[in-house]
Order: sequence, then C-alpha cells, then structure tokens
Amino acid sequence: MFDATPRQLPNQPGVGYKAQHFNDIMANADPVGWLEIHAENYMGLGGRPLAQLRHLSEKFPFSVHGVGLSIGGEGPLDADHLARLKTLCDWLQPASFSEHLAWSSHDSAFLNDLLPLPYTAATVKRVADHIDQVQSTLGRQMLLENPSSYLAFAESDMSETDFLAEIVARTGCGLLLDVNNVFVSATNLGYSPQGYIDAYPLDHVGEIHLGGHDEDEDEHGAPLLIDSHGREVVDPVWTLLDYTLAKTGPKPLLIEWDTDVPEWPILAEEAKRADRALTTVAAC
Amino acid sequence: MLSTQADFRAALLDPQAPTPNGVCNPGGEAASKRFDVYRNNVAVSLTDALETAFPVVKKLVGDEFFHAMAGVYLRAHPPKSPLMMFYGDTMPAFLEGFPPAQSVPYLPDVARLELALRESYHAADAPTLAPDALGQLPPDSLPHVTFEFAPSVRLVQSTFPLHSIWAANTTGGEIANSPQPTLVTRPEFDPQVDPLTPEQGAVLTALKNATPLGTAIQAGGAGFDFGTLLGLLLSRNAISTLKT
Repeated sequence: MFDATPRQLPNQPGVGYKAQHFNDIMANADPVGWLEIHAENYMGLGGRPLAQLRHLSEKFPFSVHGVGLSIGGEGPLDADHLARLKTLCDWLQPASFSEHLAWSSHDSAFLNDLLPLPYTAATVKRVADHIDQVQSTLGRQMLLENPSSYLAFAESDMSETDFLAEIVARTGCGLLLDVNNVFVSATNLGYSPQGYIDAYPLDHVGEIHLGGHDEDEDEHGAPLLIDSHGREVVDPVWTLLDYTLAKTGPKPLLIEWDTDVPEWPILAEEAKRADRALTTVAAC
Repeated sequence: MLSTQADFRAALLDPQAPTPNGVCNPGGEAASKRFDVYRNNVAVSLTDALETAFPVVKKLVGDEFFHAMAGVYLRAHPPKSPLMMFYGDTMPAFLEGFPPAQSVPYLPDVARLELALRESYHAADAPTLAPDALGQLPPDSLPHVTFEFAPSVRLVQSTFPLHSIWAANTTGGEIANSPQPTLVTRPEFDPQVDPLTPEQGAVLTALKNATPLGTAIQAGGAGFDFGTLLGLLLSRNAISTLKT
C-alpha cells in the first residue's frame, strides 16, 4: 500500500515552470504559490535543471507531472522510467505526483503524445493495475488527469466520468481535473461540459488544470478543438472553472502554457485571474 | 474488428496507412481528420524535439531539408524512451547512411557535437580539481598519474574543422582548414566548445582512457606542449580528480 500521509498543494494558483522564468519567479512570483514541472525534463543527472529545482523547492511546493509513463499502455509499464520517477520524487519530495489517462508507448516506441483509450472493463483493469504499481513503487498517492479527446471509440461502453470513478474506487488514486480538457472533449464529442462536471467524482479532485487550446474543424465542418497549451485560457473555460469551483470549493489551480511560452508578466496575469476565481469562491 | 495499440502505432507513424478500426466521429462514422490530429501531434512534436537537439544541422541544411529528413528519421527511429532531451542519439549514424545528406560530409560530426552538448548540459555535477593539484604531487609520480574527467566532458573526433563549422553557424567566425577534434566541457551550467589540434585530441583520448600521463603524452608526438592542454582543461573545470 502507498503512504497515505496527506500531502497537499495549496489552494492557490500555480504555473507550469519554465526555466526562462527562474529569475522572475525568485524575485516575485505573486500570486503564484506553487510550481509544476514535467517530470521528464528533470531526469538528467545534474547541471542547471536540477540546480534550479533545488533552489525553487526551498521556496515553493512542487507538483511533479509525468507526461511519459503510458499508464494506459497495453504493455507493461517501463520499469526504468518508473525508477526515474521514483528517484525524482524521492529527492524533490513534491506535494503531488500526477499522470495522464492516456498511452504513449507501444512495443518500445515512445510516440510523445497523449493517445486515447476506449472506456471498457478491460481498460479499467489495465489502468488500475498500472496505477497500483505506480503508487506502490512511489510510495504515494497519484492523481490521474482526464484527457483531451478528438475522437471516440466504438467499443467504449462507459462514460469517461464513470471510468474515472471506477479507477478511483479500485486504486485509491486522486484526480487531476483539467477543465480545459473537459471543454475541448465536450465540444469535440458533442456533450455538455457542465454535465460532465456534474457527473465527475469531484470529491477526489486534488488539482485543477487550465490551459489554452486552438480551434479547427473536422471534415464535416464540426468544431475540432486542439489542446495546445500555447495561449491564454479562453472565457468559456474560465466560466466552466467557476461552475466547477462552486461545487468543489477552492482547489490548487494550475495555468499550463507549454508552447510559445510568454514573458512572465503575461503568465502572471493568467495566475491573477485564477486567484480571483479562487477568492470569489472562497467568499461564497 | 477492434483496433489495438499496435494498429494505432503503425497508423500514427505512416501517413499512408488507413485509420485504425473502431475510432469514430461523434456521429459514429469512421474518424479521419480527427485521427490526423494525433498523427500530426506525433510528427510535429518529434520534429520539434529534433529541431531543439540539432539547431546547427538544421541551419546547415535549411528548414525544408531538415523537416523532410526529420520525417524520415522519426518514422525509422521513433524514440525508445520518454526523455525527449536525449532523442536523436542515432542521428549521426542515420545521416551517414542518408543519401540526400551525402553532399554535406561533415553533417554527422556536427550532429555528434550537438548530441555531446546536450549530454554535457544534463550530465552529473562533479567536484573540480584545484588548479595546483598536479604541482602538489611528488615530481617522480607525475608520469604515473591518471586523470578522472567530469561526466560533462566530451571529445568529438573529426577529420573536418568541426569547431569552426559549428562556431561559424552559432557565434560566427571563419572556417579553419585543418581537422579539429572538438572538446565539450561544462565549467558551470553552460557547455563550452573548444577546438583541439589532432595531437591534443590524441593525448586527451589517451587520458580519458585512464592512460598514465607519461604514456598519454607520447600520443602527442615529440615536443608535445602539455601545458597548453592542461591549462585549457583546468580553466574549463574538466578534470575532477587525479589518481596516483
């Protein structure tokens, strides 16, 4: 079993950490209260990335967010990669570790994308077994993030929210609710984002993600939103955040901005907007 | 029939392959453009990773060539690990066997140098030798001393003027007309690139193989000036310990 000692990110805005913001963050990160890193970028053996992390971790709680474990993969988890995650979590002692409901590796090839899964009993078993392995190896609870979906599987016979609830029940993991992903998937697959939030196991949310997406159309002219993390969060996603926070109360809120990364003041503005959303819900 | 991740993987890496069975639009008909989102994500993200890894290779061949070459490479050599910072480790060998790149014969060496820079950047930290450490040793022990180098040190052998080719495409400068084994070190956090003479390269190779100093110097030929090489290595924090 994993260590159930509560470790908690603060109910404040956080940002995805980028090395070019190091000096800004060390000087004045307000209102950012915690930082998230992509685990895979800190798996070198030394040099600047780890030195920056050592400095920052003296001032900020950290979330380690994996993007390469392929928890939904048909094959076994990559034992070397899991060991690297353990090494990172053991020395950094982050407040949270999270990964994705997705797969990215097959037959020794890593495809560097978060690939979709059919929601079936067989997938539940495979994902739950892998999460058990992660939690027992790392000795901590993990959070599982809902994906951005562009297509559906004919074989799926359960909803994503039921799937996640079943995973939580089997493994004791927590959830990372990506509100932008909910908006993207709901738009792409034609369901109500508020209905998704209503059906989602909100009691288990340990962190919320917000990010920007791009707009396209499919071959029939239907909207096709692409999760890009390359621009500001759009208004309908902020509205969906408010809807969610009204049900959950304050949560750790992360701004993800991974491509075309802006100067710090622009990212800080997004964090301020997240801070206002938290202040509003705390006052209710 | 249901799709498997093997079908998915094959279709993601082959633009000509049909969309896997059982993936559909919200209306229920087979997905096409929606599947291409994933196909595009894979190709674009891996091409981006290669662009980040090999900026000078890209500059030498141009954007259009590089993107076409990356498209061939990423399909033949998808990453074997999720550590994108090390993706492309087989690029030098790939370029040696890639017919369209044969007109730029030094391209594989440039790729080797760019890989060495990334390895150096992420290598383990190491203690630095005191500048007078050699002078502290009894003189008669010097020929038997072996050197241990910092994990961030790389030596890229080349029969081309590699350092000047790299420098001309980054910081600027003229192309030299003699071979340059090229030294990569990391004095603190930023890797440094220095040209060596072939004789210095031969001596450093011997030292890196833990050959005792007295024997290693002979690889530089008669009259080899070890002081110059030693001064460079010390100034770059390249030596971590001496062993007697």
